[in-house]
Amino acid sequence: MSTVTHTDEDLATTLGPPAAPVSAPRRTDPGRTDPGRGWRPSLPESAASRAALFFIAPSLLVIGAFFFLPVAAALALSLTDFDLYALADPGTARFVGLKNYVELAGDPDFWQALRNTAYFVVVGGPLSVAVSLGAALLVSSKLTRWKGLWRTVFFAPVVTTLVAVAVVWRYLYNAEYGLLNSALGAVGIEGVDWLGDPAWAMPAIIGLAVWKNFGYNMIIFVAGLAGVPEELYEAAELDGAGWWARFRHITVPELAPTFLFVGVITMIGYFQLFAEPYVMTEGGPLRATVSVVYLMYEEGFKWWNLGYASAVAFVLFALMMVGTLIQLRLQRSDP
Amino acid sequence: MTLRPLLLLLGVALGSLGGCAEADEGEVVLEFWAMGAEGEKVQPLIERFEAEHPGIRVEVQQQPWTSVHEKLLTAFAGRSTPDVSQFGNTWVAEMQALGALEDLTPYVHRSEAVDEGDYFGGIWDTNVIDGRLWGVPWYVDTRILFYRTDLFAEAGYDAMPTTWDGWLEAMRAVQAVQPDGGYPILLPVNEFEPPLILGLNTAELLRDGGRYGNFASPAFREAFAFYVGLYREGLAPATSGTEISNLYQEFDRGRFASTITGPWNIGEFQRRLTEHPDDWGTAPIPGPTAGTPGVSVAGGASLVIFEASEHKAEAWELVEFLSRPEVQIEFNRLTGDLPPRASAWEASGLADDRYARAFFEQLGRVRPTPKIPEQERIAQTIRTYGEAAARGQMTIDEALAALDADVDRILEKRRWLLDREAEG
Amino acid sequence: MNRRLATTLLHGALLVGAALTAFPLLWMVSASLMPTGEASTFPPPLLPSAPTVEHYLALFARADMGRYLLNSALVATAVTLVSLFINSLAGYAFAKLRFRGRERLFKALLAALVIPAQVAMLPLFLEMRALGLVNSYAGVIVPAAASIFGIFLIRQFALSIPDSLLEAARIDGATEFEIYWRVALPLLRPVLVTLALFTFMGSWNDFMWPLIVLTDDDLYTLPVALATLTRERVQDNEFMMAGAVVTTLPVLVVFLALQRQYVRGIMLGGVKG
Repeated sequence: MSTVTHTDEDLATTLGPPAAPVSAPRRTDPGRTDPGRGWRPSLPESAASRAALFFIAPSLLVIGAFFFLPVAAALALSLTDFDLYALADPGTARFVGLKNYVELAGDPDFWQALRNTAYFVVVGGPLSVAVSLGAALLVSSKLTRWKGLWRTVFFAPVVTTLVAVAVVWRYLYNAEYGLLNSALGAVGIEGVDWLGDPAWAMPAIIGLAVWKNFGYNMIIFVAGLAGVPEELYEAAELDGAGWWARFRHITVPELAPTFLFVGVITMIGYFQLFAEPYVMTEGGPLRATVSVVYLMYEEGFKWWNLGYASAVAFVLFALMMVGTLIQLRLQRSDP
Repeated sequence: MTLRPLLLLLGVALGSLGGCAEADEGEVVLEFWAMGAEGEKVQPLIERFEAEHPGIRVEVQQQPWTSVHEKLLTAFAGRSTPDVSQFGNTWVAEMQALGALEDLTPYVHRSEAVDEGDYFGGIWDTNVIDGRLWGVPWYVDTRILFYRTDLFAEAGYDAMPTTWDGWLEAMRAVQAVQPDGGYPILLPVNEFEPPLILGLNTAELLRDGGRYGNFASPAFREAFAFYVGLYREGLAPATSGTEISNLYQEFDRGRFASTITGPWNIGEFQRRLTEHPDDWGTAPIPGPTAGTPGVSVAGGASLVIFEASEHKAEAWELVEFLSRPEVQIEFNRLTGDLPPRASAWEASGLADDRYARAFFEQLGRVRPTPKIPEQERIAQTIRTYGEAAARGQMTIDEALAALDADVDRILEKRRWLLDREAEG
Repeated sequence: MNRRLATTLLHGALLVGAALTAFPLLWMVSASLMPTGEASTFPPPLLPSAPTVEHYLALFARADMGRYLLNSALVATAVTLVSLFINSLAGYAFAKLRFRGRERLFKALLAALVIPAQVAMLPLFLEMRALGLVNSYAGVIVPAAASIFGIFLIRQFALSIPDSLLEAARIDGATEFEIYWRVALPLLRPVLVTLALFTFMGSWNDFMWPLIVLTDDDLYTLPVALATLTRERVQDNEFMMAGAVVTTLPVLVVFLALQRQYVRGIMLGGVKG
């Protein structure tokens, strides 16, 4: 358990490195905010503490009551068989220990959902990061004009409503009248039934997800690229290094921390796939697009097996933790 | 910061916490959930009802079929059920077990409009649990054969055979006259109805008072083997409905010569079969042997009143109105849904209709699915393993053993509750 | 490669990328203006033969779109205002007020960021049921009234407020709340705008929780209403596209008007400075 806590802190620093605010007043007195060293507050500790307590109480109350408490309850719930009967009469819920988790391990439906989600994360995640990086390189190039315009266009899908664009894409993917197949047909490629064919439904969903999300990471990469010292490139150019060599030996290593951050948030987001299959395929065809969250929704809010669904939710959480740890490990071992 | 207008908005937002419509003075507002086409097309009838009952306003909420079941459960869990709802009759047991439904027995006793004797017995019965009535049938939805009469005639059959053996021979003969790559029957593997209906012909789906699955029994195996055999022999394609781009076109071209489906397709076939508009017919489900006529599933939609409703008397008036034979005939005209009352069939001439006739006959021989809360889930499980066997991913015995195991797991809670009840 | 060629290639690539990115959104608008059934002709047209706004009229007349629009606006506005106040109080306190266990508490909050929201959803529903908030605006608003990310964002920015300003106010005898309200908040304005944007859009686009907690279509927010409509009316493509436009246009407009502040939020949210 202690290792987990340790990485929690690691992750906290990853997610929240102290950033220099873009347009905040500059600190005139370094060290001033460092509590307890060399400056004496004019108000007694207890008064500040009291005020602080009032200041943080509302948020702690909300987060405690509507996040921490339910998370703890979910853990408890996952050890029971709380179901539809229990909804009508809580007396019918039983403590079952780890039975839900054991059943989960033997449930082909769950493995299918896991495979689908893994597919989405492992293929969709890196693809999305690659597209983001490509867009960032194009937008950040010294030669690029109207940078703001390109940035805005690339970013626009990020702020759109997922349900709405899923409706649009569902139609673009339509086998008969979809523009995608007619565009493919125009260049002599036989179209496929994107959302009706179990082999193509997940790639189709990945297509939508990448389109919708790449702009977000692009912005982060743009910021990362801006932080790479220009001298490095100039020196490399003098040494006769080509475009690829400069990218490989300067850009990539310099962007390592950005990669880590982008990798983690992208993976966390992609693990939570739900709305796309809900709107586009309803989990079909042949359950090829049932994700872990979709399964949780079905078990929980369709069949009301809240105990079992909570177990699904915790397995999802565990997977996300493992995925994050793997990323941290990989990035560390990188030269 | 000019927060005032925003704060006003906020006040409005937080102030209107309920979802209740604003009722005029003395007016009762009924919330009525209806699904799909019914929700859309019932509107003129609702207007008639409101004209007859000036003190009542009905708010129809359209719900999609694919998500209404979970919506109803959520509404129950959140204590925000409507007053009246259209309701798949296989859900009655589930909602009744939860105590969500109003017992309609006393209402029917007092009612002149709703006459039990006029309803198809098998359909009425799906709404009865422990001798009490929990829903009133609104329309019936059993499944029968739709087939290309010309292709069957060409193969030497002027009518659909009435036994499974005869049916098999007829399908083999039809395949010989179909174009290459044709299938005498289409049973989409993503539908649970075909294996379920065949199973209802030979077996009880559950045993020991609904405690265990009965799928590995010889009786059910017979039906399941017949079903899977259709795919193994190449008489039916092992595809799901989503993989078939246009069922009607394929039917028109003779690629499929028959299928098992419901009443709504009468209208669709009439509209969409352009090449062979008059070369199709309907027939009841054949029976396993010569002595046993085929049964089909007692499907349909009922009207229920929720226990939490505050306007039960008015809600019942709406149910009564929608149950009147002349209103049901009008409803059939609007939607194509078949009425559950014999008098409506006779008065409208539906009983003699070339395509509806077979439904009328079948409705005399329908069996309900097990009336237990877990039925919806069990049906989905039957579908899963039916598909696995049809696609050749499992043998018949493997699929049935797995199906039994899954269903037993689904029923585990029920067994425990029954045992607990038995102990007192 | 000479500079000129490189520039041309670069802008060519940008143009292709931008066209591909914008295409689905442009087509959504185009299809929403097509007469009924036109999008389902072969080959699919790119532009309406005779633009019509009938679907928009139908949306508001028959499908209650106005109601959903208002619901979404109310919910998103309420969530934004309430959470802005609560988060800024906490964020400021974590940055500028000293109390025992401050760092540890803050770290614990940050660590909780890795717990996916879905884990809490099932019991949260039961909790909302116990509070009688299922099927009400409050059921959507209350759980979003504070967010860890929001507190973090405010704190990041508030760290740079010079202590001397706060000290001066204290010496003048201001209460702690007055200091927050009169001194800190004006300085925090940029980050407040950013967070307001994030929160508003997040709430506007939120789907899963409103889908679960709202059962009455009178209360549906736009995404929930749209998802329900698409299951109901699969065939009416142009009508659906109009629904998609109405749903997504408000957030797009807000973003275009305030994109600088929005992008700053991404930077503050965790780029190594």
